[in-house]
Amino acid sequence: MTSRYDVIVIGAGHNGLVNAAYLARAGLKVLVLEQREIVGGATVTEELFPGYKYSVFSYVVSILRPEIIQDLELPRHGLTLLPLPSTLTPLPNGDYLYRDDDHYHTLREIGRHSPHDAEAYEEYGHAMYFMAKAIKPILRMVPSDPSSLDPRELKRLADLGSHFLGIGEDNLHTLIKLMTMSSADFLDEWFDTEPLKATMAASGIIGTFMGPRSPGTAYVLLHHYMGEIDGVYRAWGFAKGGTGGLAEAIASSARSFGAEIRTDSPVVAVVTRGNKATGVALEDGTELNAKRVVSSLDPRRTFLDLVPADLLPSEFVADIQRFRFRGSSGKVNLALDAAPEFTCWPGNGPHLRGAISISPSIDYLERAYDQAKYGEFSHRPFIDIVIPSMIDPDMAPPGKHVMSCFVQYAPYELAEGDWETRREEFGDAVIDTLSEYIPNLKDILLHRQVLTPLDIERITGLSEGNIFQGELDLSQLFFLRPAAGYANYRTPIRGYYQCGSGTHPGGGITGAPGRLAALEILRDLGL
Amino acid sequence: MPIPTPFHSRTSELNQTKEWREWSGYWSAATYQHTHEREYFAIRNSAALIDVSPLFKYDIVGPQAAAVVDRIVPRDITRCRIGQILYSPWCDDDGKVVDDGTVWRLAEDRFRVTAADASLRWFQDCGAGFEAEVVDVSHSIAALALQGPNARKILLELGGAEGLIDLPYYHLTQGEIGGAAVTITRTGYTGDLGYELWMDSADALEVWDRIVLAGADYGLLPAGLAALDVARIEAGLLLIEVDYISSLKALTESRKSSPFELGLGWTVALDAGEFVGRRALLDQAARGSEWSLVGLEVAWSDLDRLYAAFDLAPQVAGRASRDPAPVYVGQRQIGQATSMTFSPMLKTYLALATLERGYADLGQTVELEMTVEYQRTRVPARVSRKPFYDPPHKRS
Ligand SMILES: Cc1cc2nc3c(=O)[nH]c(=O)nc-3n(C[C@H](O)[C@H](O)[C@H](O)COP(=O)(O)OP(=O)(O)OC[C@H]3O[C@@H](n4cnc5c(N)ncnc54)[C@H](O)[C@@H]3O)c2cc1C
Repeated sequence: MTSRYDVIVIGAGHNGLVNAAYLARAGLKVLVLEQREIVGGATVTEELFPGYKYSVFSYVVSILRPEIIQDLELPRHGLTLLPLPSTLTPLPNGDYLYRDDDHYHTLREIGRHSPHDAEAYEEYGHAMYFMAKAIKPILRMVPSDPSSLDPRELKRLADLGSHFLGIGEDNLHTLIKLMTMSSADFLDEWFDTEPLKATMAASGIIGTFMGPRSPGTAYVLLHHYMGEIDGVYRAWGFAKGGTGGLAEAIASSARSFGAEIRTDSPVVAVVTRGNKATGVALEDGTELNAKRVVSSLDPRRTFLDLVPADLLPSEFVADIQRFRFRGSSGKVNLALDAAPEFTCWPGNGPHLRGAISISPSIDYLERAYDQAKYGEFSHRPFIDIVIPSMIDPDMAPPGKHVMSCFVQYAPYELAEGDWETRREEFGDAVIDTLSEYIPNLKDILLHRQVLTPLDIERITGLSEGNIFQGELDLSQLFFLRPAAGYANYRTPIRGYYQCGSGTHPGGGITGAPGRLAALEILRDLGL
Repeated sequence: MPIPTPFHSRTSELNQTKEWREWSGYWSAATYQHTHEREYFAIRNSAALIDVSPLFKYDIVGPQAAAVVDRIVPRDITRCRIGQILYSPWCDDDGKVVDDGTVWRLAEDRFRVTAADASLRWFQDCGAGFEAEVVDVSHSIAALALQGPNARKILLELGGAEGLIDLPYYHLTQGEIGGAAVTITRTGYTGDLGYELWMDSADALEVWDRIVLAGADYGLLPAGLAALDVARIEAGLLLIEVDYISSLKALTESRKSSPFELGLGWTVALDAGEFVGRRALLDQAARGSEWSLVGLEVAWSDLDRLYAAFDLAPQVAGRASRDPAPVYVGQRQIGQATSMTFSPMLKTYLALATLERGYADLGQTVELEMTVEYQRTRVPARVSRKPFYDPPHKRS
């Protein structure tokens, strides 16, 4: 039987779409199958309250790869990345810490809290430039398998080694610290100011089931700087139209190259013959053939749900079973009748057009984590806020606002009760926490959407609601993502590939896994 | 010393950077905020308010006004209906461009022409012997550009203008804002949806305040020249004295350009009657022009590579540059780039360049000189379509 498609991509999250676009661009006949009625996965915008558009899950584009923007001509397909130049950390005592792209203003602001930290801040930025520059090429590399004797793998490993040896001894030391230390310890070496340390450390815990004092969290601090070093390029920011705007742009690009995208098409199994993937089966019983199948779902779904276990080596199955998801975050989206009024900074100012972080101190974050460790959501959580309508007025009716609140911690498994019955209680904890800083919040609240890890899992398929398709810690990164020997986007099944955030270089809106996987598939095809 | 525009009391209050440029002898804000980036994105994403009062404006009035305008510009003015606006350059007798601007037909016998340079004498000379008068209204009329995808919504909020909702691109209507009579033209220098509002200088502040109030919920920001410069390059719009030199000011013949050489051949109606420079342009049209003003695009990946050779991440200025740079093919210099900017919308580096005709075809690869770490280097660039950025809402 001949296949109508060269490749079927399962899942139209941003990585699946990037993957499909690259494959179609190379001339392949590509079909993308998405379970939901819209594309985007964790990058979707939905109007859940009339006139108010929520960036439902992800809310800022972190480090979308420039090569993808260029190759897929995303600006031509409507991608607009708007700057998000400031971070406000409101404090319980009515003060605040504010940083933005006005360098000296930021230094004065930090200096208000600690003159020492203002100077350290500059040095820190300088050091991080080198770290980010050292790490950046890894985002473009296919992970090598250190145990392999394949010359291609060895060459990759050697390249990697020489790359790191080339960064200089001092930088190498800092890098090793970043890889092994907790973000709190790492930042303690530089700063005293609690809100500064906590807000920076917060970027190291997003999406993980770790606290700021857990070793290994320092590495994620770098992600922020990776977006930063390209200066005017601004690979990070707020996507016009919400992150769904980004997904639409990639989908439009994929279609322009000839890819077909079908929504409302859940895949229930990958069809195999012998040890080869030959197509997929849909929920409604339809079977579709393709020469190759790519899964953009997380490793658990890709391997444990969609393919028969007997086709996979048992140690590999064990690795995937051990792959940690442990969702730790929730999301609360709000529709507001007016602009929120902060006690620390009343009125409508530049502080509302950037990120707002409820992270007054390291202890605050660690306490939030403590509750989660024992199976309870944080009653005073870390909250990462943006007000999309302040940046893109089209997100809400004129003068009205939407507010996106990323919340941590919310463990997937609750010790007491379950998420079905405790969802609104969780929502209340978020609103109560916010109200301590925004007294008018309850008065202007028109609608709220509360998403627990369970909701995230149910809607997007992200196992246990882990936002990155599996934790980003060293034991699950690079050549171990998702499992040793299978970090190069291939799988034990011939013709079956993986391209989601569960593969290198991991989660966040980068598109990198989707692209690298496409390049490997094209290489296998000799294209 | 520059003098204030009619909006100065507002713009100076808002200009946090105190950074001004001189524009035709007026104070003109370069950036209101510490970076022009927000102002730029207001143009592209919401709406921006730009004080464009320093533009020169002339009314040409009288029974033979149309004939005068037809003599000045190479476009066919007989086709310009009342309420319509044409963009046009105008030339000297040798067919070399003097200036460019917009020509509006306000009535059968009444036109307005906007110009970058003082043009009263030139227009009067062109109109000598005709039954029409050229009046300089530059100082008595204040002008604001309201540009960006939300510009229409803001104007509608203000009400007071008929036919605004479907006012076509390059057309005008009369309206009223806060009791002041305002001429609204659907024009601008950004390549986005946008309008320009023209009013008596005495009404300037009232109109400004009303617009700012109406725009508050639509993301309206005042924008300065730094943001405008990026937008106009993305829109592929030329700037006099930067991308070309007025033939009245050029110090050498080679600095003068014909409309054909500036990519403005489409404005030249050679068979629609006499106009200044027609004979020379007929000649040129037959010979073909030597130069061509084109768009160049430098891919980010090439900049990345260029800087990586110096062990640096790309360090590209956020602002537009007007420092000309040579363009090469092999060892030969085949032209120069005159305006350059990184495009925050397109994520590529753009330039407007004048190249030898043989190298000006779309897709042609050339090399643009760039200085990195004090060294002159070259980066590949491709001749691209202008406007680089051309959103559908510009015309819709
Ligand atoms: C609440 C939340 C907030 C986040 N915030 C940010 C942020 O601000 N910045 C950032 O950079 N990153 C953020 N992330 C992470 C980032 O969004 C993800 O890492 C990334 O979008 C994942 O993309 P993906 O394509 O790999 O997978 P997904 O987006 O998970 O895509 C998988 C797709 O497959 C579909 N699917 C699942 N099962 C099937 C099936 N059986 N058949 C067919 N289709 C199926 C799903 O519907 C989905 O569309 C956030 C994530 C979440 C959940």
